[in-house]
Amino acid sequence: MENFIEIKNLYKKYKNAEEFSVNDISLNIDKDEIYGILGPNGAGKTTLISMLSGLIKPTSGSFKINGLSPQKDGFKLRQIIGIVPQEYALYPTLTAKENLMFFGSLYGLSHKKLRNAIDESLEIMGLSKFADKKVEQFSGGMKRRCNLIAGTLHNPKVLFLDEPTVGVDVQSKKAIIDHLLELNKKGTCIIYTSHHLSEAEEFCTKIAIIDHGKIHAVGSPEELVNRVTNAENLEDVFISLTGKELRDVVV
Amino acid sequence: MLKRDIGGIVIIFVMPLLLIITITLIQDSTFKNLEGSKIPIIFIDNDKSEVSKNIKQELQSSKTFELLTNFTEKSAQDAVFGGDYQMAIVIPKNLTKDINSNIDSKVQTIVSSFGLETDSSAVKKTVSKAKDIHLYFDPATNIGFKNNVMNAVNKMVFEIENKKIYKAFQDQLGTTENLEENKNLISFKEITPKKGNMDVMPNSVQHNVPAWALFAIFFIVVPLSINLVKEKSQGTSVRARISPTPYFIHILGKTFTYLIICVIQFLLMVAVGIYLFPYMDLPQFDVTGKMFQLIVVTLFSGLAAIGFGVLLGTVADTQEQSAPFGATSVVVLAAVGGIWVPVFLMPEFMQTIAKFSPMNWGLNAYYDIILRNSGIGGIAKEITFLFLFYVAMVAISLFYERKQNAV
Repeated sequence: MENFIEIKNLYKKYKNAEEFSVNDISLNIDKDEIYGILGPNGAGKTTLISMLSGLIKPTSGSFKINGLSPQKDGFKLRQIIGIVPQEYALYPTLTAKENLMFFGSLYGLSHKKLRNAIDESLEIMGLSKFADKKVEQFSGGMKRRCNLIAGTLHNPKVLFLDEPTVGVDVQSKKAIIDHLLELNKKGTCIIYTSHHLSEAEEFCTKIAIIDHGKIHAVGSPEELVNRVTNAENLEDVFISLTGKELRDVVV
Repeated sequence: MLKRDIGGIVIIFVMPLLLIITITLIQDSTFKNLEGSKIPIIFIDNDKSEVSKNIKQELQSSKTFELLTNFTEKSAQDAVFGGDYQMAIVIPKNLTKDINSNIDSKVQTIVSSFGLETDSSAVKKTVSKAKDIHLYFDPATNIGFKNNVMNAVNKMVFEIENKKIYKAFQDQLGTTENLEENKNLISFKEITPKKGNMDVMPNSVQHNVPAWALFAIFFIVVPLSINLVKEKSQGTSVRARISPTPYFIHILGKTFTYLIICVIQFLLMVAVGIYLFPYMDLPQFDVTGKMFQLIVVTLFSGLAAIGFGVLLGTVADTQEQSAPFGATSVVVLAAVGGIWVPVFLMPEFMQTIAKFSPMNWGLNAYYDIILRNSGIGGIAKEITFLFLFYVAMVAISLFYERKQNAV
């Protein structure tokens, strides 16, 4: 059976960069997966997600999502993709509801269907009573939750999340993770990047550890921990594969 | 978003009104030839005779100048070059006497050449060098004002000389007919375009409202480009780019929104011209029977401005790039387009550049309607150019965006 996401020999080198940000990555991801892409700063996680979601062009290589290629089936592909970027990606002077109405309308949802989806999502994420408040008045955790709703209103078949829980409180993090688990149960494939290794260990069904644009290990969290001698958790695996060297990145 | 930003509303709608009121008030005084506010100038009469008295009388009767006479040539020069006064006129000593003797001698020469009796030896003795009337201008004086004054003084001197020549001939030939009736053998009559049976007389308002409305409309480039750059930095453009809605629809949405803003801006400026200007002692802006055509030009000019704003917002990476560049380029486009200085006064190569300026197309279209009484047919060329400019700008933006981002 064909994999839901097939990535073949994907490369990306930015203009004027000396090294490849993504260097020959090949991956197969199943539909019911919550797939974690973990790596230190500058490892190539965001670049990989940006290519898969259609934001940037690969230097070479190819990928297919649900059998759709970005070159041939761009429109269809965009309909099944959702993205939750690292930035809040919301209009600060609009209310939560207005933001969601706007972003939902980009997917051609009918007014009624969209309103229902917004009301339901706001309720799940605990934002109903703030629906008519401007996003600029929201706390970081509220913005993150609203950001997640904006990427999922159209029930995407695959959802790309770039550090969705960065800088949020424990309660918001739990609400986000619970919602993502619920979406996955309903059939959304989740591709996720994070620095929170313990969160990834609990949350992901499969993990790829990448560094310097290359994949160093792929497997379930348990498999990865078992694969490395003396490793007790994913953090030990991560340090063992990527080293202790500081990764300060200037973009 | 705009309704939540009072500062933004003030800048977009109120500032253009302030601009148009200020500029029209300033320009109107120029059109009215500074009625009511006389310019003080220094007048030094070293001749104290017929010619200088005539010049003084003409200057006083022009109602433009207030003559100050308590100066010497040296103190006048210092005052004018120091910027205290715009100009000084110094009439040389014996001007009347020398003009009279020069004319007499020349007339005598001519009369003698017809074989009439005259004393030719006396002619040679009385010819003297032409006298200079000294004009001092403040170095900061506007060139147009300087040229106008010099032309006016020239004309006065020429008329006085003419009168004297006639008089000298009459004296030599012994005639007594009144030649004053034939003073102006050639006169000018301005024929203006007509609207029905009425002459269309241009005034400062008819010139300024469309010109500065266009300038204000083009300033939409600044907020629009900032908006696009902000969307990039906020990350909201990411959502638009990965959605199934094509990017050009996103641009069309912005075009529509900003076009509404342009039309509202224009209507507010027209309303100020119609309803407020008469209370400010300015002529009323006359749009009778022209409103539809004016809105058509506004729509197409707005499109051109929006196209430019979209391109700038697409190419710029930061607000620090888009805002100053946008504002400066609008000022440059206005200058090239003839908003400040009429295109026909520009150097030849600038006139050629002006032909490719969207603001020049817009301005010509407005003037065609307001001052030249054209209909839609008369502005078809200009609005086509404005539309093509918009299409070209958006096409380049889409191409650039696709090249930068698309898979």
